[in-house]
Amino acid sequence: MSIEVRDIHKSFGAFKALDGVSLSLPKGELVALLGPSGCGKTTLLRIIAGLESADYGSIRLSGADATAKHVRERQVGFVFQHYALFRHMSVFENVAFGLRVKPRGERPSEAIIREKVMRLLDLVQLSWLADRFPSQLSGGQRQRIALARALAVEPQVLLLDEPFGALDAKVRKELRRWLRRLHDELHISSIFVTHDQEEALEVADKIVLMNKGRIEQIGGPREIYNEPATSFACSFIGNVNEFRGRIEGNYLRVGDDLLPHEPSDLDLADGQAVVAYARPHDTEIHPLSADRSGVTAKVNRILESGALARVELVANGAAREGRTDYFEVELTPAEIAELGLETGKRVRLTSRRLSVFRDKQ
Amino acid sequence: MSAVTQLNPHSGFASRFERNIATRDPRWVKFLVLGLGLTFFAVFLLLPLVAVFVEALRKGWSTYFAALVEPDAAAAIRLTLLAAAIAVPLNLVFGIAAAWAIAKFDFPGKQLLITLIDLPFSVSPVVAGLIYVLVFGAQGWFGPWLSEHDIRIIFAVPGIVLATIFVTFPFIARELIPLMQSQGRDEEEAAITLGASGWQAFWRVTLPNIKWALLYGVILCNARAMGEFGAVSVVSGHIRGETNTMPLHVEILYNEYQFAAAFAVASLLALLALVTLAIKTYIEWQAGRVSLQEQLR
Repeated sequence: MSIEVRDIHKSFGAFKALDGVSLSLPKGELVALLGPSGCGKTTLLRIIAGLESADYGSIRLSGADATAKHVRERQVGFVFQHYALFRHMSVFENVAFGLRVKPRGERPSEAIIREKVMRLLDLVQLSWLADRFPSQLSGGQRQRIALARALAVEPQVLLLDEPFGALDAKVRKELRRWLRRLHDELHISSIFVTHDQEEALEVADKIVLMNKGRIEQIGGPREIYNEPATSFACSFIGNVNEFRGRIEGNYLRVGDDLLPHEPSDLDLADGQAVVAYARPHDTEIHPLSADRSGVTAKVNRILESGALARVELVANGAAREGRTDYFEVELTPAEIAELGLETGKRVRLTSRRLSVFRDKQ
Repeated sequence: MSAVTQLNPHSGFASRFERNIATRDPRWVKFLVLGLGLTFFAVFLLLPLVAVFVEALRKGWSTYFAALVEPDAAAAIRLTLLAAAIAVPLNLVFGIAAAWAIAKFDFPGKQLLITLIDLPFSVSPVVAGLIYVLVFGAQGWFGPWLSEHDIRIIFAVPGIVLATIFVTFPFIARELIPLMQSQGRDEEEAAITLGASGWQAFWRVTLPNIKWALLYGVILCNARAMGEFGAVSVVSGHIRGETNTMPLHVEILYNEYQFAAAFAVASLLALLALVTLAIKTYIEWQAGRVSLQEQLR
């Protein structure tokens, strides 16, 4: 089922949870709603499901207006962050619930219900738990049962609210892979909410990046990571080094230092306040010599575990306005040896790829 | 009030504390505290309870049963059962509706409603009775209209039922609100996304989740409905065989120096209290077992 969200506004008292969100998702994709907590992503998901109503705007499911449709009739499967399994029912009854509450005419026979529930439990690989109660299951198992329960009514779209939020790191990783595989098998349009960028980048076909009730960028994981459209997208996704300064021709003046950058299509005038971001693997370290440009910094720590070593540096004008700026650079151990890096050594930083944005502050 | 959710007689915390030498108190402290508690319990609780049954049976079993089947006593028992049989089911419905509204929905005036539910607890039962006299009595607001239409509320059975309903109103709602609030509305929302109607969600999801607390509230509500004296006394008019409930009948007999009969009827009320306690303990044990199972897993 395709999903179209048009100009949704929603406020809770004085707090604007959603401020004009529009979005169009084709059928069959696995989409991540990504953003920091409080950005409105869960509210948007609940509005699509019909569990919350928008103050303004409309929702279209499969091209038909669903804004005034009851949750029951929207054919959405919803998986709650804390699972919301029925605590007094066995796993089997939980999954069977959606079939048992169907109107008498549509209700399948007991034999068909049994067959279908067991097939779903097989799908989530938990058929051996059919007679247990939710309180007897681990978090990961509960989540999978919640998913099987949602799938039982054959929803046209699957909505998952922070599906892995309450699980520990290892189970998370496993379930992520499993969700991706499940989606590839069933091809059901799915939207999941997450604040974990790694999760979104790893699992989703498409990422909707949100901040403060607005959409910042929509795109595939590659695009979101490599071509961030806004300064928020840049700073939220992945690790970045942040430089604030003013434009001076082909340079960025950061404090007393000059950082070279290639003029972008932003058409920035001299003196324009900007903020620039560089990924750790795009940042270069140079020896401190007078004739070179680059931002001066001091090596703070060198973390040499893994194929790439991470060098953590402190900005020179440290403790600027009471806060310390740290930089991170990824190098091979050979490069570190070549540069003779050690704790306390002063160096200059430049970047191969600098994303520059107007500074709104 | 939400003892069902909080009490857990199987926690084993106390005995663990006691077995550990590092946390154990000296013997004399133990005996002093225990002795004080037991003495207090014996003098103020056990002794009166025993006295009720001893006094009731002082003149033998035949006198005891005669006092209970005597027409006025039998009428009082019937009226008490009738009042409880009307008040408890009504408060069951009101209580669930109020708790449901407060726990699952946000609306203006919610805080006011919570405060109002507590009103019968905070106001003296005598005042509660007087309110009904002022509203429905001969000199009250609706008094003239009621007497014109030959409807009797005050000094009649309807007044007693009304006063009982008022006094026992909070028991079930107070029991359910904290539990339903802590359970949230996730499960109901899940039920609805799975296609359940509101009614199905209530019967299949909400009600099973609150059944122990609900039963507990009903038990307390029933005990109070049968034992209420103050409010009922004001609206009853003390007409023998007509508007006397058991507690009122006990008072009348006592004032007439029919001690054996008074204690005989009182013993029934005491028995009701004991049965209530037994059921309450059983429910707590059941609910405690359920929550213990949930904790263990």
